[in-house]
Amino acid sequence: VGYATIDDEFLDDVEAVLLSADVGVHTTAKLMAEIKSGIKSKEIQAPEQLKPFLQTKISAILAEGATPDRLFAAQPPTVIMVVGINGVGKTTTIGKLGNYYREQGLKVMLAAGDTFRAAAIDQLEIWGQRTGAEVISQFEGSDPAAVAFDAVQSAKAQKADILIIDTAGRLHTKANLMEELKKIKRVISREIPDAPHETLLVLDATTGQNAINQARLFGEAAPVSGIVLTKLDGTAKGGVIVGLKAELHVPVKWIGVGEGINDLRPFVPEEFSRALFADK
Amino acid sequence: MVFEGLADRLQQTFKKLRGRGKLSEADVSEAMREVRMALLEADVNFKVVKDFIGKIKERAVGQEVMQSLTPAQQVIKIVNDELTELMGGTQSRITISSRPPTVVMLVGLQGAGKTTTAGKLALSLKKQNKRPLLVAGDIYRPAAIKQLQVLGEQLDLPVFAIESGANPVTIAERAIEYAHSHARDMVIIDTAGRLHINEELMQELKSIKNTVKPHEILLVVDAMTGQDAVNVAETFNNELGVDGVILTKLDGDARGGAALSVKAVTGCPIKFAGMGEKLEALESFHPDRMASRILGM
Ligand SMILES: Nc1nc2c(ncn2[C@@H]2O[C@H](COP(=O)(O)OP(=O)(O)OP(=O)(O)O)[C@@H](O)[C@H]2O)c(=O)[nH]1
Ligand SMILES: Nc1nc2c(ncn2[C@@H]2O[C@H](COP(=O)(O)OP(=O)(O)OP(=O)(O)O)[C@@H](O)[C@H]2O)c(=O)[nH]1
Ligand SMILES: [K+]
Ligand SMILES: [Mg+2]
Ligand SMILES: [Mg+2]
Repeated sequence: VGYATIDDEFLDDVEAVLLSADVGVHTTAKLMAEIKSGIKSKEIQAPEQLKPFLQTKISAILAEGATPDRLFAAQPPTVIMVVGINGVGKTTTIGKLGNYYREQGLKVMLAAGDTFRAAAIDQLEIWGQRTGAEVISQFEGSDPAAVAFDAVQSAKAQKADILIIDTAGRLHTKANLMEELKKIKRVISREIPDAPHETLLVLDATTGQNAINQARLFGEAAPVSGIVLTKLDGTAKGGVIVGLKAELHVPVKWIGVGEGINDLRPFVPEEFSRALFADK
Repeated sequence: MVFEGLADRLQQTFKKLRGRGKLSEADVSEAMREVRMALLEADVNFKVVKDFIGKIKERAVGQEVMQSLTPAQQVIKIVNDELTELMGGTQSRITISSRPPTVVMLVGLQGAGKTTTAGKLALSLKKQNKRPLLVAGDIYRPAAIKQLQVLGEQLDLPVFAIESGANPVTIAERAIEYAHSHARDMVIIDTAGRLHINEELMQELKSIKNTVKPHEILLVVDAMTGQDAVNVAETFNNELGVDGVILTKLDGDARGGAALSVKAVTGCPIKFAGMGEKLEALESFHPDRMASRILGM
């Protein structure tokens, strides 16, 4: 903003923008090094070229290896399992996703696999009503793997196209809870060998560098095929996913931009990297 | 454990520093560079880091430190002092009004842990022979009222709710009347999660505040929050006036920078720490102990 030349002060400001967007020290240092070599090679000659340069680099990291939606199972139902730590937006995302598939004319079923948190089942049931999706549930305290088993059976019997399984929020550091997640996954795979066809890890955009540990450890428990980045309607930028993507290569598939049923968008790397620098 | 990563990094730096006899200005600068990295990796807000490092450098390169017999020890002590200060000095409790009921309102972003924390606080007060009333002030989130009611049942405590269309201001107001008529001496109001930039919902909190005049407005902050923690805390504090912070999800491996940053920018003390999903998992927060733990002292 209003810089005549690329000097140290200008570069410090760029660094500050990246750090304040949660890009993290390591990834920021890497990007700053790229900028410096860009300046050396005369790819960047004026301050106003720097933002586009960085945006291109970041978009490239985020777009790298993006697979076409390999979501759909050869034979329905397609099973989607949704995982993540506490309060990130799993259940809400399931409501939105369910609605998205319903609008495509698909038959959607939801499974209330969070049998731990108070009223988690009621919450999913309300989303079921909103989207017109049937919800398979048991009761608070029952075994989530049993719920998943029931749900897969029902989805097969009732010829559902999509089954989305909610799970309780759990911290990636709690070994017993991560074991529980593996068990849920095993039960699903036993019923349908290539299921879950998609395992979505939900990350909250307000989260800082811890998101990398979350992705790493959830990935170890249940191979994550995509990330949903929620709460991007706030002031947090979610920059941690740049480093996360570079390290773990899991694509971001969706973003959450509000609490409403339509507040889900496909992830677009260019838009995301532009937004990192918005209002700066 | 939270802060562990930060603690490891800082302690490594100090070990190196201790290994030296005399310290040059360059030694101190190098150590401060490492402290800066460690703090940034722990999600401490970068402006807070800048100020923090600035203060330490200013004190550390002074004559007394550099020419003392144990310069490294002195530098570490300065960092310890500043870190304790940054975390709020000594423990802060919640105010109990001499004229009951004491009214506590929990506010914060979506999913931070407000409703769960309301239950935890109620349990802790119940154990202190108080008679808490939980108030379901979130009329928006699907099953939020039910969630609080389930917690109330688990705790065998009353939950005040109006399920048909009343707005949160009316609910809070009626809850206070209920507390008076039912001899409940603590009122804990759960509110809906909201973005600090949502003017309408921030206005709603102000209206609740003006109507029921809470003794404590507590901001619930997820310990994993990144750089945005300061924007959130600053806005809630400016708009509403925050009396204290409750950090949640400290049972994970978050490096806890949000804790340091929020205190630094708002001056609001951290009063409690959430250490798990269960209702027993609430602890009071001791900044001095936390600082010592981080520094391994
Ligand atoms: N602003 C905003 N809020 C969101 C978004 N997604 C979810 N939320 C809110 O975040 C809070 C938590 O959402 P949930 O869907 O209950 O989160 P969860 O991961 O299922 O939580 P647990 O099951 O308790 O672990 C709710 O208040 C949601 O309305 C989003 O994209 N933007
Ligand atoms: N591990 C852990 N989980 C917590 C802690 N506090 C709350 N949670 C979990 O975080 C999730 C969100 O908690 P809630 O109490 O529903 O959060 P909230 O702020 O009321 O959410 P909204 O009303 O949607 O804004 C739930 O899964 C809780 O069990 C904590 O200290 N540790
Ligand atoms: K959160
Ligand atoms: Mg949920
Ligand atoms: Mg709540």
